[in-house]
Amino acid sequence: MSERILSVLVEDKPGVLARVSSTISRRGFNINSLSVGPTHIEGRSKMTIVTELDAVEQVKKQLNKLVNVIKIVELDPEMTIETEVLLLKVSINKDSQTSVIEKASLSGANSVDVGQDYAVFELTGSSKELNKFEDLMKPFGIIEMVRGGRIAIQTNL
Amino acid sequence: MNKEQLTGAELVIRGLEYLNVSTVFGVPGGAILPAYDPLYDSPIRHILARHEQGAGHMAEGYAQSTGELGVVIATSGPGATNLITPLANALMDSTPLLAITGQVASEAIGNDAFQEAYTVGLSMAATKHNYLITDASEIPQVLKEAKYIATSGRPGPVLIDIPKDILNQKSDWVEPGPLDLPGYKPTLEPNPKMIQQAANLIKNSNKPILYVGGGIIHSKANQELFDLATKFNIPVVTTLMGRGAFPDGHDLCLEMPGMHGNYTATTSIQKSDLLIAIGVRFDDRVTANPSFFAQNAKVIHADIDPAEIGKVREAQVPIVGDAKSVMLGLINALGDTKLNTENWINELNSMKNEFPLSYNQNENGPLKVPFVLEELQNLTGEEAIVVSGVGQHQMWISQHWNFTKPNTWLNSGGLGTMGYSLPAAIGAKTAYPEKLVLALDGDGCFQMTCQELITASTENIPVKIVVFNNGNHGMVRQWQKIFYNSKFSASELGHVVPDYVKLAESMGAVGLRMTKKSEVKNVFLEMLKINDKPVLIDCVVDPEDMVFPMVPAGGSNDQIILNEEDLKNL
Ligand SMILES: Cc1ncc(C[n+]2csc(CCOP(=O)(O)OP(=O)(O)O)c2C)c(N)n1
Ligand SMILES: [Mg+2]
Repeated sequence: MSERILSVLVEDKPGVLARVSSTISRRGFNINSLSVGPTHIEGRSKMTIVTELDAVEQVKKQLNKLVNVIKIVELDPEMTIETEVLLLKVSINKDSQTSVIEKASLSGANSVDVGQDYAVFELTGSSKELNKFEDLMKPFGIIEMVRGGRIAIQTNL
Repeated sequence: MNKEQLTGAELVIRGLEYLNVSTVFGVPGGAILPAYDPLYDSPIRHILARHEQGAGHMAEGYAQSTGELGVVIATSGPGATNLITPLANALMDSTPLLAITGQVASEAIGNDAFQEAYTVGLSMAATKHNYLITDASEIPQVLKEAKYIATSGRPGPVLIDIPKDILNQKSDWVEPGPLDLPGYKPTLEPNPKMIQQAANLIKNSNKPILYVGGGIIHSKANQELFDLATKFNIPVVTTLMGRGAFPDGHDLCLEMPGMHGNYTATTSIQKSDLLIAIGVRFDDRVTANPSFFAQNAKVIHADIDPAEIGKVREAQVPIVGDAKSVMLGLINALGDTKLNTENWINELNSMKNEFPLSYNQNENGPLKVPFVLEELQNLTGEEAIVVSGVGQHQMWISQHWNFTKPNTWLNSGGLGTMGYSLPAAIGAKTAYPEKLVLALDGDGCFQMTCQELITASTENIPVKIVVFNNGNHGMVRQWQKIFYNSKFSASELGHVVPDYVKLAESMGAVGLRMTKKSEVKNVFLEMLKINDKPVLIDCVVDPEDMVFPMVPAGGSNDQIILNEEDLKNL
């Protein structure tokens, strides 16, 4: 099954995130990623929902029934720019320090904090790039990792 | 602008008056008390139910019989949680309902305060939309929005939760302005291209069936349906929620299809080459296993709710729109078309003759529900509003009662809520004091909300109740007979306790009883003479009777069980 990306414009009202996520889970559908944030329009937020659904049409229709949902666009993967942010804290010691930092910088990650026995990196990129970076850091001992949820925009919109 | 300082509570009552609400149903309590103070002085009639579930079903009965908004009021915590069942019921059956609940004071929210429940969260999946008010000034506009959302598009329940401090907060009465609902714009007018495509399919069909339901009644489109069916000679099946949308007894009327539908209605769909589905949702009680449902038919599916189209069955022609406009469009697009459905109608007519609904009432044997129903209908005609519970009796009523007008049949179709009948009948009788309102209930159902008989007596709402006393959760017993080897686990209620006659009397109603054929008519005549009090009849019926035809859940509509004999081949 391939991934489907929904870009959902909503009214910035209390409870709207709960309404959207419960509408999806209530019908037995899974969410791979969901992110939400303000738009350039006052009072409007944008949600990016990534799912792997056959039933995406039904989900769109059910979401459209929510009074606070204004518009749903399914993004065409061919014409979509997608990105995600990651923060990763990894163990370091005298032996590994150089190698860790070098690998991170080759991956395009920024080191945002380096302590005696740990380093924190920030990376923005596609989910694949983020996964790859995680794999790369794994052998050194990941202490904590946070990902920000995928956001996407269509190039021709 | 005309401005005047009112409390939030006064804004609520003023707002309801402004929206032309004339009757509300409810139960007071701490958090909602401020609203009951101005309500006392308002021309709005308040009916004090004995349980919030009852109040909710009353508001539903009011709404379903009138097609207008029903309003229910409850307090926070347990008052609000008691409302969840009627809200879910109204959501399933698309009933326009407004629930107003009190909430603990704003600053106490989230602290597990006394009688605090997360009402907005609890009701989220049981409402079309809900609100938590954070400032009294929002109240008039939110009330207007709520009514609009509840009554427009696919109707449904809307809840407004109001913290107690907001009910006491002073604010200006500002007349509500235009609605600003960028995410809510129901499509009423169908796309003309789709109407044309539908008309083309209809023109080429030899075996069309109009498969219609509750959407016709919500859209007040029974006349348009009648015109469409009769002008082009298309047979009609009416679902459980659509009974009365097309008159029973008409040549083209096949009545109810599905799990307990009659043979002809169910089979007509199986043999059809074109389903013209309007205001229906291909419910599993109609389709049985969808893979075997109407396998030879193309589908035109029109509904006001786009999410219903294609949900269960793919439609060759999907039409989003209001049923009335859709049918006017179809009538117009079909113009002078003559459909060649004569053979089809003949085929269905001989099926009707070959497989009629039947029952067997012995002279001295136990009473059969279908017989009792026919006797009652002979005495009451077609004007009565009939309100059912859930179970065998419900199926028998839908099968055997002659429904000829919309809004005369109220039942809990989608959720199947036991306890719906009596309170919903009270709501309908409140709306139409001059009409005969019959709560035809099962004994199991009745026992779930029977305390509302007190409401009927004390509020002077003289509904008439027939309790079909088979001493059992009859429908459960039927399934246990068929699928569980007659192991009657927890389905027996007993015939004797309660004594329904005494129960009725103790609650301020008249109690009567019938147990055999010779008594039926006279007891009904006696019931019909009493109009100043609620009347309840304990109608003792055969506990062994089963509802047929039957298609087991998940089965195929090609394999209809017609009678007990057929069960042996199961
Ligand atoms: C609130 C609720 N609980 C349980 C059920 C399951 N149920 C469906 S029909 C039925 C029996 C109804 O009994 P009764 O009212 O006596 O009607 P009868 O079938 O005997 O006519 C039960 C328990 C239900 N529909 N609703
Ligand atoms: Mg019973």
